[in-house]
Amino acid sequence: MRVGVITFPGTLDDRDAARAVVAGGSEAVSLWHADADLKNVDAVILPGGFSYGDYLRCGAISRFAPVMQLVIEAAGNGMPVLGICNGFQVLCESHLLPGALTRNSDLHFLCRDQEIEIVNNSTQWTSSYKAGEKIVIPLKNGEGSFQCDDKTLAELEGEGRVIARYVGQNPNGSRNLIAGITNARGNVVGLMPHPEHAIDELTGPSAQGLGFFTSILNAMVK
Amino acid sequence: MAKIVVDVMLKPEILDPQGNAVASALPRLGFSFATSVRQGKRFEVEVEGEPTAAQLAEVEKAAEVLLSNPVIENYVVRVEK
Amino acid sequence: MALDTVFIAQSTPDTVQPFAELGLKTDEYARIKEILGRRPTSSELAMYSVMWSEHCSYKSSKVHLKQFGEKAPKSDALLVGIGENAGVVDVGQGYAVTFKIESHNHPSFIEPYQGAATGVGGIVRDILTMGARPIAVMDPLRFGPADAADTRRVLPGIVAGVGGYGNCLGLPNIGGEVVFDETYIGNPLVNALCVGVMKHSDIKLAKAAGAGNLVVLYGAKTGGDGIGGVSVLASETFGAGGSTKRPSVQVGDPFVEKVLIECSLEIFAQDLVVGIQDLGGAGLSCATSELASGGSGGMKVALDKVPLRDPSLSPEEILMSESQERMCAIVEPSKINRFLEICKKWDVTVTVIGEVTDGDRLEITWNGEVIVNVPPRTVAHEGPVYNRPLAQPAYIDQVNSQKVHVPMPSGAAEIKAAVLKLAGAPNLADKSWVTAQYDKYVQGNTIQAQPDDSGMVRLDESTHLGVAISTDANANWSYLNPYQGAKLALAEAARNIATAGARPLAVTNCLNFGSPEDPGVMWQFAQSVRGLADGCLEMGLPVTGGNVSFYNQTGAVAILPTPVIGVLGVIQDVRKRTPMSYKASGLELFLLGETKEDLAGSEWAILHGQRGGQSPDADLVREMRLIELLLEGNAFFSAAHDLSQGGLSAGLTEMVLRHNVGATISLPNPAVDLLSETPGRVIVAIDASKVSLLHALATKYSTAISKLGTTGGDCLTINDCIISLDELRTAHTSTFPRLFG
Repeated sequence: MRVGVITFPGTLDDRDAARAVVAGGSEAVSLWHADADLKNVDAVILPGGFSYGDYLRCGAISRFAPVMQLVIEAAGNGMPVLGICNGFQVLCESHLLPGALTRNSDLHFLCRDQEIEIVNNSTQWTSSYKAGEKIVIPLKNGEGSFQCDDKTLAELEGEGRVIARYVGQNPNGSRNLIAGITNARGNVVGLMPHPEHAIDELTGPSAQGLGFFTSILNAMVK
Repeated sequence: MAKIVVDVMLKPEILDPQGNAVASALPRLGFSFATSVRQGKRFEVEVEGEPTAAQLAEVEKAAEVLLSNPVIENYVVRVEK
Repeated sequence: MALDTVFIAQSTPDTVQPFAELGLKTDEYARIKEILGRRPTSSELAMYSVMWSEHCSYKSSKVHLKQFGEKAPKSDALLVGIGENAGVVDVGQGYAVTFKIESHNHPSFIEPYQGAATGVGGIVRDILTMGARPIAVMDPLRFGPADAADTRRVLPGIVAGVGGYGNCLGLPNIGGEVVFDETYIGNPLVNALCVGVMKHSDIKLAKAAGAGNLVVLYGAKTGGDGIGGVSVLASETFGAGGSTKRPSVQVGDPFVEKVLIECSLEIFAQDLVVGIQDLGGAGLSCATSELASGGSGGMKVALDKVPLRDPSLSPEEILMSESQERMCAIVEPSKINRFLEICKKWDVTVTVIGEVTDGDRLEITWNGEVIVNVPPRTVAHEGPVYNRPLAQPAYIDQVNSQKVHVPMPSGAAEIKAAVLKLAGAPNLADKSWVTAQYDKYVQGNTIQAQPDDSGMVRLDESTHLGVAISTDANANWSYLNPYQGAKLALAEAARNIATAGARPLAVTNCLNFGSPEDPGVMWQFAQSVRGLADGCLEMGLPVTGGNVSFYNQTGAVAILPTPVIGVLGVIQDVRKRTPMSYKASGLELFLLGETKEDLAGSEWAILHGQRGGQSPDADLVREMRLIELLLEGNAFFSAAHDLSQGGLSAGLTEMVLRHNVGATISLPNPAVDLLSETPGRVIVAIDASKVSLLHALATKYSTAISKLGTTGGDCLTINDCIISLDELRTAHTSTFPRLFG
């Protein structure tokens, strides 16, 4: 299983995502933003960071990268795509996912060990989890407040496309405590917190993030 | 040389914590008449001579696709001398 | 204004020059004329004025700092010592680690966010320029009283700036300090530390060697950042009364620096540079003169080639600009194309601005005319050296003879009140409000971060080799006895490292003091440096580099002497580190080290307005034995936590709240036992089966040991005083949100 990890200028968590991919049992393939080449990968991860310094809006410039044209096309054909944090922002700017991520409601960057509930385990990135399973993984961002209009919210909730929700106090003002969502097909997932930083207890709050990277193996086997 | 100006604001229903922070800070400066403050972005695109209709149309497109995120923002394009 | 060239300077020796406004003394100006054999051009005057400033030349501190070299303990681990951008130590397995701490105090008072941000940016570049990948940052911060209006002005901006820049660079923040004291009200201290790692063969130095090699400037374009004083030379701003175009504060762009880091590391990996220097204080003046000095001595630069953000800058301004995120590399002609290609890949502006020459002059031209022709060593290294007068200040004898008068709690109610008061004191309270604004996870190698005793990062994923770093200072003790204060801070930082199971290896320091023109301050400085140098020699820890920040004072009132000491240590297997606190019940708690009545300079004393008394005496022999004990005990300790400000009261509070498991403690003399800040003490938690092992270790290392109690429950119980963890947590965690929102 080959999982591509994209590096934009300013991407920070690409090596961490690659490490998690390997820990999950797949091969990590490095993808450069300026190369229109997906190198025959079976899935793609857009990692966290501050691509283009969050200039203009988070993810607004990355979205136009040559590699993104291929990602959008491949996603349309069912390729699994996971956007983490800044990656989630790029997916929203690309309209592969609805809604947008805005400034944390209290205006501060927030890094904390965040409990989330996996509410939808039928996507290609969450199948290793039980429905309703609660995990603790790091949340670290300044623009993590998920916003969308009422119609979109109704759709997401009605179709069960919210894949993860914050447990407890809302850390950033996201509507309905939404921490992650998926597209209708279930192959494109956006997640604000960072599962790649919870793959072992030595360096993270838990090893509960690994599930995202083992789920993708199941997708292949199917 | 004229400027095509694009003003981008968050849609009214979107929470604007930065605007709120500014609104809270104003009374500390002594004025309390503001009932609300919203914060936005202003882009200035310089062109040679008078902007043509075609150029304005291009800027509109840029505003729609790049300068604003239509999911959460509105924009207005105008010409400033 | 007409260009002031060397040719013109030669023929107009009597031109009046504004050397005094630029900070040069009459004798210094005369010396420049002597060096050059003529009057300096305005560009040369600008260069000398800024390179001979206190900040760049260390003229007041040099005579004292040389003790670090003279008293340097023999250390096989030291690969690059004092004098380079940062020190480098061998940590084993072919890895070299570089680390350094620096100050950015005054800019942060003026513009908190950008001051702190560019402080981080600057120290990170210093690490990068040694050839290393930066892997972590730390930020010791000091502010005026927590409830002061000006603290509320500067603290949020400084914290946001440290976080904003560091997070965007992808560097985990693994620790730091937040200290409040009225002494810092007009002079907040922003010290920033960075650590980087590389292989031995990757080490880069700042030297321009090889005639014909190219001088290459890359990174951000140059603008008018930070050139306040130099505008004296440009007649357009002279008398124009205001500098809207000349910001005196540097503004940073962490995205540009992140790209610069990746671009540089790729360049280093392909071995494309002969020497490299980052542009920090004094910008191009510093980079060119230092690179030239470090090499054969000759360099030629065409200043008009420097890419500008602001085309109206004069040559003097370009030379002085402190625009951020710029590096200067020396590249062989055969490698320049590859160099340019890598910059293009990362979209980094890059320009060849000159070349290394035979000979021994630094020559700078502007559109072909020579505006600078100097011997570079005289600019970069042979600046003035002052032997400032020093005199023990009158206050010393006076405060040392004072007795500390503080209430000593007795009985359950008073003890509880004291513990809660300390738990909520701004200096001891939970700092999550600050540290939650820092990414501690990025790069995936953080083993320990705030609120642990030291920051720890893994260097190698297969061997689990790691390094630990701690920064510490105690201005209250330094005030009472600067010599002892420096030694005590060194001991504390080293002890913090050893507590986790890492062996201390090397030292950096950031010396924050008042005006060197005040003999009393100079005496404090001299004593502190002597204390640190003596301490380092005794402990076998070399000083690898550091920073001096003078003039931290408002009017005639200097800050308390604040030497911040950073110690780096190595741990062979990070999986075996000793955590700061325990999760299990039924463990036995012991106190290593003897408690005496050391209340002078303690948090309890300061809270009661008592600043006098005598500081403890550092006993480094005993500290070193304790360090060995901690390293050997690492094999069976369940947890170990260093005691410092707030004494045992703070130590117990922090331990029980860390994983929410209480403790039952018996103390023979609760008031002194809880409040004293005797150095050289550590709380350890061990399994009951290891008690005799611990006693044996204590005997082996002649270390005092006393049983404190056992872990478990949902309270902190001290004798008959019961404090629920909920109540303790509320006291501990509500201070910062209450103060800062």
